[in-house]
Amino acid sequence: MSLIDLKLHEAADKLAAGEVTSRQLCEALLARVDAVEEKVGALVSINNERVLAAADASDARRASGSSLGRYDGLPITIKDNIVEEGEESKCASSIIDGLVNVYDSTVVRKLKEAGCVVFGRANMDEFAMGSTTETSQIKKTCNPHDLDCVPGGSSGGSAAGVASKEFLGALGSDTGGSIRQPASFCGIVGLKPTYGLVSRFGLVAFASSLDQIGPMSKDVRDSALILDIINGEDEKDSTALPGKITDFEASLEGFDIKGMKLGVPAEYFEVEGMEADVKASVQAAIAKLEAMGAEIVPVSLPHTKYAIATYYVIATAEACTNLARFEGVRYGNRYTETDDILEMYNETRSRGFGKEVQRRIMLGTYVLSSYEDHKYYHRAQKVRTLIRQDFEKAYEQCDLIVAPVAPETAFKSGESSEDPMKMYLADILTTSVNLAGTCGISVPCGQDSKGMPIGLQVMGPALGEKKLLQLAYAYEQNAAVELKEVEL
Amino acid sequence: MSEYEVIIGLEIHVQAKTKSKVFCSCKNEYGAPPNSNVCPICLAHPGVLPVVNQEAINQIVKAGLMTDSKIALYSKFDRKSYFYPDQPKNYQITQFDLPFVEAGKIPIGGKGLSGEMIEPREIGMERIHLEEDVGKSTHHGTHSTVDYNRAGVPLLETVSMPEMHSADEAYAYVQSLQQIMRYGGISDCDQEKGQFRCDVNISIHKPGTPFGTKVEIKNLNSTRHIWLSINYEIERQTEMVEEGIEIHQETRRWNDARQETVHMRFKETADDYRYFPEPDLPPVVLSSDQIEQWRSEMPMTPKAYREQFINEFKVTEYDAHVLTLDKANADFFAEAAKGVKKPKTVANVMMNTLNSLLSEAGKELFETELKPQDLIDLVKLQEGNVISKSAIAKILPVLLEENKSAEQVAKDLDLVQQNDTGALEGWVDEVIAANPKAVGEFKEGQKNAVNFLMGQVMKASRGKANPPMVIQMINKKLS
Repeated sequence: MSLIDLKLHEAADKLAAGEVTSRQLCEALLARVDAVEEKVGALVSINNERVLAAADASDARRASGSSLGRYDGLPITIKDNIVEEGEESKCASSIIDGLVNVYDSTVVRKLKEAGCVVFGRANMDEFAMGSTTETSQIKKTCNPHDLDCVPGGSSGGSAAGVASKEFLGALGSDTGGSIRQPASFCGIVGLKPTYGLVSRFGLVAFASSLDQIGPMSKDVRDSALILDIINGEDEKDSTALPGKITDFEASLEGFDIKGMKLGVPAEYFEVEGMEADVKASVQAAIAKLEAMGAEIVPVSLPHTKYAIATYYVIATAEACTNLARFEGVRYGNRYTETDDILEMYNETRSRGFGKEVQRRIMLGTYVLSSYEDHKYYHRAQKVRTLIRQDFEKAYEQCDLIVAPVAPETAFKSGESSEDPMKMYLADILTTSVNLAGTCGISVPCGQDSKGMPIGLQVMGPALGEKKLLQLAYAYEQNAAVELKEVEL
Repeated sequence: MSEYEVIIGLEIHVQAKTKSKVFCSCKNEYGAPPNSNVCPICLAHPGVLPVVNQEAINQIVKAGLMTDSKIALYSKFDRKSYFYPDQPKNYQITQFDLPFVEAGKIPIGGKGLSGEMIEPREIGMERIHLEEDVGKSTHHGTHSTVDYNRAGVPLLETVSMPEMHSADEAYAYVQSLQQIMRYGGISDCDQEKGQFRCDVNISIHKPGTPFGTKVEIKNLNSTRHIWLSINYEIERQTEMVEEGIEIHQETRRWNDARQETVHMRFKETADDYRYFPEPDLPPVVLSSDQIEQWRSEMPMTPKAYREQFINEFKVTEYDAHVLTLDKANADFFAEAAKGVKKPKTVANVMMNTLNSLLSEAGKELFETELKPQDLIDLVKLQEGNVISKSAIAKILPVLLEENKSAEQVAKDLDLVQQNDTGALEGWVDEVIAANPKAVGEFKEGQKNAVNFLMGQVMKASRGKANPPMVIQMINKKLS
């Protein structure tokens, strides 16, 4: 077994046992990056020297008996929209070029305080706007299971890199499904935590009321491990929840699924474009859970059909203001061939932002222009409340909800990017969780006839992560889903 | 002009005094080197989030309580979008529909800048909301620079009801608001430092007809400019209406060199600021208990001072107005007034002699050596006939400069009155002997003669004779 095959928790055990050093782990991964990155395109950037210096520092701590703990020396990759001091966070765009960050995001600070090595920056859709990673202005990311296919998005780099074993685990961000959907497409585990469980300070905002950083990993235990590190209150984020949880990983074992009520929302299986293989695979997973002792109850989430419209009104409204700061005045690329401030703004932004980002800025500007008419934004907020209430009612009848992550598996590159509506509609099964501010995880549950992975989505109530991870872990252990080995 | 009614509303931005900025921990400080009080948050670097400074909330609640306003139990922040280089995020965090403070009252009174008395009354204040200031742009011809030290300084935007009808009333409103802010320690309202900036909305109409189209005069940073620009606008708009020219909604500014308002831009449609709730900041929920706690800790308002002065110290409403213009003065007066029989004498001394001495010296009261106890001692000397009324004006300048007691200064200046009948008698006899003509007039019943004779006695005594005693003695001797 090669070091790149290790899970994070296995690597942690080996580090603790002195069987491997952080440098050895990182060198093995860097060699893997050298070997396959050209094909996969998971990383926007990686600074080998910085990685190895951090690994050496960790090894030195361990050698001198001053280890920072179980996570010291673990390499973890971050999505390109997460800020790290001394690095650029381009968000896969060209508009912020040249801004070397002067501060650490809270998640990076927590990683560093735990001794983790920040192992490069993962590719993504530009400003997290997209579901295929194709809107990245920096590079193309391919699905390791089939290089002709997209890895999903927007955290496509994080997902592809975990699947291709270029890194052991990663942070993604999920605004409408951007962790869960690429996790499903690439056959890995991805968790979107409850809104506020993980600080957003230093996450370049797309839609502030929906964004949430979360773990992407080879297995459920690793997601629990990463969540243990990154969650917790933050005085720099007023929307972060109070408290800190440290036993997500520790509570995985000894959990008994018997008697747990799992809700199955019919609406989630009847969406347009639901592929037969996806439906069958998820239903088989549900049957497996039932066989393991769970009680299956039908639940209804009747406002699901409005989720996409609601999501795109709220997300674009917030995004158009969040992205207003990128205009070339204080940092980034500036168009200088004019003396006119308006033209400078227009040219800087027209040249710096890609097509999809511009489309969403315009959409957001449009929906907010009618704010005082209460036409879009207010109505969307009301529907958002209804969607949240759907979940609250459902969780009165069940502990967790199980459903597919996406109607389809990873498709060929270029297929959806010309049809934005098709791309938007594919988010139907994931956006509701963001609108409700609750949590959801994608766990591999099978593959389609072409061998592409399929994800089972488990959704939980606000702060239901523990139960969510326990069930996902029990399923993973019992179902022992074998995906086709990635060959690169 | 009188046939038109003038309608004036004021929107005033007041910089709140706090240790740090409203959404980050940079210093709220005037005059630092450009771009030295900045951080990733107030420069809007990617990924940063705002966190509300509790001290700024304390200040706005205090401002609300001191203006007799309603404090909202539930308020929230909103984003107001517009692009300008001095606004780092290209949206401003402000409050749209749920401000911290609503429905307040600003008392006006005293004299206007025209010198006319203003009928004391209360002007309604619609709201005060909390928002962030922008940076400061400087234009250098070929290029511009921005200093972001000011970006993120807490601003209290106060919006009056359109209830003022003259430049004098607007002036009094501004004065009163500044006074409240200073009394509360909410803001120094230093206009030169940009801590107090005013926009005027003004229209005219004939009574009984609908309001006229309003014109906005923006960015007035001097009380005098506010007053001048309103008077100019009243005249300009009256002329337009008289000549049948339609007034369009527009924004103007004051050109001090030309002493006139000049057109900036028309406002045919409402600006589209695309307001929506700030998702990075949860709504602020205050409890009634908390508000009551704040209320109990609230500093005394100028109005409360005035009421105390009128009721307890029996000064006139106008005196009370003048004495409370400055809080240090008001505190000084309150302390001094408690120590004397006739607080009105203290009031007169402060408003007249002291006031002119201070303005001659270009000093504030607190910069002098004078303490309330000195004034008490001084007035007591006069009340006890130890010195004459006129001696006060001679002793006071010394007390401002030197740390001496009033009594000592009176002695030093040889101003202690001669109350000894023997000495008085000598001067009176001397004067009666030397002025037979006046004595004759007195005996014929001419009242003025006694004043003349008394003047002569005062002269002979070099001001030390006690005037009432002198008069008494003259009357006795000549009757």
